[in-house]
Amino acid sequence: MSANNLNLTLKVWRQKNAQTAGKFVTYKAENISPDMSFLEMLDVVNESLVHKGEDPIHFDHDCREGICGMCSLYINGHPHGPKRAITTCQLHMRSFHDGQTITIEPWRASPFPVIKDLAVDRSAFDRIQQAGGYVSVNTGGVPDANEIPIPKVIADEAFNSATCIGCGACVAACKNASAMLFVSAKVTQLGMLPQGQPERYRRVQSMVAQMDAEGFGNCTNTGACEAECPKEIKMTNISRMNNDYFSAKLFRSEELHEQSQGEG
Amino acid sequence: MSEFKETFNSSLGKKLIMALTGLFLCTFLIVHLGGNLLLFKNDDGYAFNVYANFLTHFPPIEVIAYILYLCILVHTLYAIILTVKNRKARPVGYAVTASDNASWNSKNMGLLGSILFLFIVIHMNDFWYNYKYTDKVGFKEYRTDLSSGITQSADFMPASAKFENSVSTENNTEIVRVKDLHARVQHSFGNLIYVIFYVIAMVAVAFHLKHGFQSAFRTLGWVHRKYTPIVEFIGTWFFAIIMPIGFALMPIVYYFTRS
Amino acid sequence: MTLDAKIPAGPIAEKWSKHKFNLKLVNPANKRKYDIIVVGTGLAGASAAASLAELGYNVKAFCFQDSPRRAHSIAAQGGINAAKNYRNDGDSIYRLFYDTVKGGDYRSREGNVYRLAEVSVNIIDQCVAQGVPFAREYGGLLDNRSFGGAQVSRTFYARGQTGQQLLLGAYSALNRQIEAGKVKMYTRSEMLDLVMVDGKAQGIVTRNLENGKIETHSGHAVLLCTGGYGNVFYLSTNAMGCNVTAAWRAHKRGAFFGNPCYTQIHPTCIPVTGDHQSKLTLMSESLRNDGRVWAPKTVELAQKLRKGELKAADLKEEDRDYFLERKYPAFGNLVPRDVASRNGKEMVDEGRGVGTTGIAVFLDFADAIKRLGEDAVRAKYGNLFDMYYQITDENPYKVPMRIYPAVHYTMGGLWVDYNLMTTIPGLYALGECNFSDHGANRLGASALMQGLADGYFVIPYTVGDYLAKLGPKPVDTNHPAFEQTKKEVEERINKLLALKGTKTVDEIHRQLGHIMWEYCGMARNEEGLKKAKGMIQELRADFWKNAIVLGENEEFNMSLEKAGRVADFLELGELMVDDALMRKESCGGHFRIESQTDEGEAKRDDENFAFVAAWEYKGDNQPEELHKEELVFEEVHLTQRSYK
Repeated sequence: MSANNLNLTLKVWRQKNAQTAGKFVTYKAENISPDMSFLEMLDVVNESLVHKGEDPIHFDHDCREGICGMCSLYINGHPHGPKRAITTCQLHMRSFHDGQTITIEPWRASPFPVIKDLAVDRSAFDRIQQAGGYVSVNTGGVPDANEIPIPKVIADEAFNSATCIGCGACVAACKNASAMLFVSAKVTQLGMLPQGQPERYRRVQSMVAQMDAEGFGNCTNTGACEAECPKEIKMTNISRMNNDYFSAKLFRSEELHEQSQGEG
Repeated sequence: MSEFKETFNSSLGKKLIMALTGLFLCTFLIVHLGGNLLLFKNDDGYAFNVYANFLTHFPPIEVIAYILYLCILVHTLYAIILTVKNRKARPVGYAVTASDNASWNSKNMGLLGSILFLFIVIHMNDFWYNYKYTDKVGFKEYRTDLSSGITQSADFMPASAKFENSVSTENNTEIVRVKDLHARVQHSFGNLIYVIFYVIAMVAVAFHLKHGFQSAFRTLGWVHRKYTPIVEFIGTWFFAIIMPIGFALMPIVYYFTRS
Repeated sequence: MTLDAKIPAGPIAEKWSKHKFNLKLVNPANKRKYDIIVVGTGLAGASAAASLAELGYNVKAFCFQDSPRRAHSIAAQGGINAAKNYRNDGDSIYRLFYDTVKGGDYRSREGNVYRLAEVSVNIIDQCVAQGVPFAREYGGLLDNRSFGGAQVSRTFYARGQTGQQLLLGAYSALNRQIEAGKVKMYTRSEMLDLVMVDGKAQGIVTRNLENGKIETHSGHAVLLCTGGYGNVFYLSTNAMGCNVTAAWRAHKRGAFFGNPCYTQIHPTCIPVTGDHQSKLTLMSESLRNDGRVWAPKTVELAQKLRKGELKAADLKEEDRDYFLERKYPAFGNLVPRDVASRNGKEMVDEGRGVGTTGIAVFLDFADAIKRLGEDAVRAKYGNLFDMYYQITDENPYKVPMRIYPAVHYTMGGLWVDYNLMTTIPGLYALGECNFSDHGANRLGASALMQGLADGYFVIPYTVGDYLAKLGPKPVDTNHPAFEQTKKEVEERINKLLALKGTKTVDEIHRQLGHIMWEYCGMARNEEGLKKAKGMIQELRADFWKNAIVLGENEEFNMSLEKAGRVADFLELGELMVDDALMRKESCGGHFRIESQTDEGEAKRDDENFAFVAAWEYKGDNQPEELHKEELVFEEVHLTQRSYK
C-alpha cells in the first residue's frame, strides 16, 4: 500500500434499533487508500469488525454512483460530507487528511426515525410524493410527444428541479429539519411544465398538507439545504412553491382542495 | 372560513404571517427613522416634540399604531410557535454541526429577535408608556415669533392634570405647548449603559433584517431573476446598514454632546 | 417438455396487433377480484404495477430498497431508443427492429424484437405526458442523439440522467396508484421464494429487511421485475444490492433460465484502482459520440505513460492508435459495446494499456473541445465529466479520460414466451430479469426501452389472458404450500446464520468475481471454463463451511442479506459457466476464443447454435438440463455482423 494511505479515527453513531438508545463508538480505520470512496472505507472497517465477530456498522447505500439517493451519513457536520454537490458514495478519502477524526451521524429528524446505526426511515418522503407528486395520466391514450412543445428554458428549469434524488440531505442540513426543498422541487418541476398545469394547485396543497402531517419543520430561508444538496437544487423552488400555495389557498376561487379518488 | 384557518395553520401559512408582519414592521422603521432624525435638529426638541405629539393625537395614526403593536406581538408569538415546532422536528441534535453552509444570522433569528423584543419592551416603556400614561414626562412651551421665525422654549406646567396639548397664536407669536419627550430622550441617552444596550439592539436589528427582509420576500414567493437582487440590495444597504447606523447615531451623539 | 414461445403466426408487422386481439380480456368489474404481485420497482416493475393498477387489478409491489424510487434503473445515463423518426434520417420501426436483431448478433426472437420496436414510440409519448423532462431543442420539440450500433439519431435523453427521469416518471405513476389504494407498496422487503400451488405461481415469501419478519403474500400472478445478475462478477456497474435471488429461487421452483452466459461488458467505465473497489462506475456510451478512443502505438510508449515519464498530451498524432476508427471506418468509435470492449481489452493484453495499473485506454475529448468549444462539451456531458473528475481526481477537460470495460448488463435471464410468462404458469419476468429481446448483445439505450415496453405496453395485455382463463377465485395464504415454503425459507436462513467460519461473505464474493471475470468474462475458452467450474464448486463448498454470518434474523442484518444473495450467485455462476461451455460459438457478448474470424471477430455458428438455451433445474448439485428453443428468422437475413 502506498505511503499516502491514511489512518483515521471514526466516531460512529451505533444504535441497535429505534427502541433502544444510541451512542457514539470509536473505531480506528487504518491504512486507508485516498482513492477509496467513503463507503468503501466503511466497508473496510466492517470487514475487520466481521472478522472480530462484531456487528458491522449498518448504513444505507445502493448505486454508489450518486444517483439512487439511498446513501446518507452526516459527516463532520455536513450531510454527505464536507465537499459540495456530491453524495457520500462519491466522497473520496482524499478529501480527508491523515490522523483526522471523523464523526459520522445519521440524519436527524423526527420524521426520519433511526432504523439501525446510520440507517433511517425516509418513507415520509414517499408519502409526500404519493400525496400528489404526479401528473394523472393513465398508460396509453396520450398525445404524441411532440404535440406538447416546451420552451427549452422552461424544460431546463424544470429539469433542474427534477434532478432531486430524494436523499434527505436538505432535511438533515436544515436547522429546522424542514423538507421544503424536497417538496418544492417536485412542485416546481411539474408546476412549470404544461403537463403539470391541470393539477398544479391541487398538487401543491396536498403535498404541503402531507409534509406538515409528517412533522417536518418550517423553512427559515437559511439556505443550508441549497448549500448541502448533492444535486444543487435551488431555494428558488421553495419560493415558487410558496407562491403556488398562496395562490391556491387565497386567490383561486374554484374548489381545489377535495380530491375524488376514482376506482383505479 | 375553515379554509383560511387551515391555510394559516399550515407551515406555509405561519411563515406567511411572519413575513407579512415582518415587512410591516420594516416599513414602520422607515417612518420611525424619519421622525427620529428630527432629534438632530438643534431646536431644543421643538420639531421632535411636535412630531411625537402628532403621532399620539392623530386618530388614523393611532389606529396604525395599534396594528403595529399587534404585529409585534403576532410576529413574536408565531416565532415562538414555529421555533417550538422546529425543535420538535429534531428531538435528537447533532454532535457536530457545520457553520459554513448558512450565514450565522439566518440561523440565529430567534436570538436576535429575543434581543429586539427585550429592547422594544424597554424602549416602549421609556418613550411610549411613560409618555402616554404617566406624568414622568413634563411639558414644554415653544413661542415662535411669526415675523422673525425665531423660536424660544421654556418649561411649562399645565394647570390641569388633564392637559394634553395646545396651539394658539397671540400677538403674532405662535405658542405650542406639548409634552417634552425630547427631555426624556436626553435623559435616557445620557446613561452609558442605556446607550450601549441601544447600540447592541441596533446591531441586532441590522443582522435580523439583513436576513429577514429578503427572507420575507422569499416566503411570499416573490422571487424573480431581475428583482430579487434589488430586494437583496435594499435589505443589505438600507435595512441592515444605513438604518441601524441612523438609529444608533442618536444615542451616541446625544451621549457625547450632553451638557 | 417442449418449449413453446407462443409467437403468433403471420407477417411480422401484424403479429402483435393480431395477438392482442386474440388475447382474452378480464371484464372491468372483475379486475378488482384479482391480486397481482410485482417484485421489483425499477422501470419494468414500477410501470407494470402502475399500469395494472390503473386497469383495476389489486397490485402488491415489493422492493428491497427503502423506496421504490431507488431501483437501479435510476442509474442509466445515456438514453432511450424510439423509432419516432423525428430526425427525418431514415429511421422506422423496421429499422429499429433490424438494428436490434443485428446488434444482438442474431440470437433474439424476431417477434419479440419487432414488438419492442413497435411500442417504443408509445413509451416516449407516455413519459412526456407524465412530465419527464427530456432534452429539447430551442423550438420546444424533443432532441435526439445517436448511440452505439446505429446510424440514425433515435435516442431520446435527459442530460446524463435518462434512467433517473424515466424511473421517476414511472415512480410517480406508481405513487398515484398507491394513493388511490390500488397498489400496496412493501419497501425493504426481499423476495426469498416463490410459492407454487397446483403447479402455478400463486405467491411469494418475503423477508422484511428492517425486522426480519418472514411474510407470505398471495396473488393470482407473480411478476418478477428484479433486474439482472451482473453482480455475480462482484465488480460491475450494478448497484450494491442488485441480486439474482428472486429469479434464482423461481428457477429452482421450475422456471427455466435462458442464455445465462450472455453478459454485456460495457466499454466505457472508470478503471479499477485497487482491491478495496466495491463497484465500477459507468461513463455513458454517449461519450463515444464525441470522444475518440485510443492507445499508444507501441508498448514502449505505453510503459513510459504508465511510469509518468510521458503525459498523454506529449504523444504526437502519429504515436497514437485510434484503434476503433482504424479498424471500423464506417462506425468508428460508435461500434456496438461488445466490439468496443473486446478491442479495448486487446490493447491492454498487448501491453499498450495506460494509467498506473496499465489496465485502461484513453477516451479523448481534445478534438471535440477544439471543434465545439469547452462550453458545448460541458453542456452535453457536464455531469459525466464532473463524475469522472470526482472519482479519479483528473480533469477530463484537460487530460483524456481513462476507460476500461466492465460488466454492465445481463442479456440472459428467466426464459419467457411471447407473453412474458416463464415456464411456470402465472409467473412472469419483465425487463432485464427476462432473457427476451436483446439476443447475445444489447444495443445502447435499449434497456430502458425494453423495461418500459414490458411494463407499460406488454404485460397489461398478456397477463389478462392468463387471469381470464384462471378465474377470480381468491388465493388463500392458508394453503399448506405457503406454510411449507415459509418453513423452507426459515430453514435456509437458520443454516446461513449457523455459519461461523473465518471468511467474510464479501471475501468469498470477491473470489467468485475473480473466477467469473477471468474465465467467463470478455473472452472464454473451454479449458478456462472447465477450470472455473471446479473452482466455483470448491468455493461454494467453502462458503457453506467457512463463511461468517453474524447476528440474528429478527433485526436489520446486512450480513445475513448479503450471505443469502452470494449463496445464490455461487449457484448461478456455475450455470453461467455450463452455458458458456455448451455454446461453442462466439456471438455478441459471448466470445469463445476458439470461434473467431481471421480478423479476430466473433464467429457465429448458425447451423448448430441458432437457439435459445433454456436450462432446467434438476436438484441440488445435479447438472441442469438443457432445452433448446430454435430461433427462426423470417425477416432478417443472417450475416456475419460487420461494422467496418
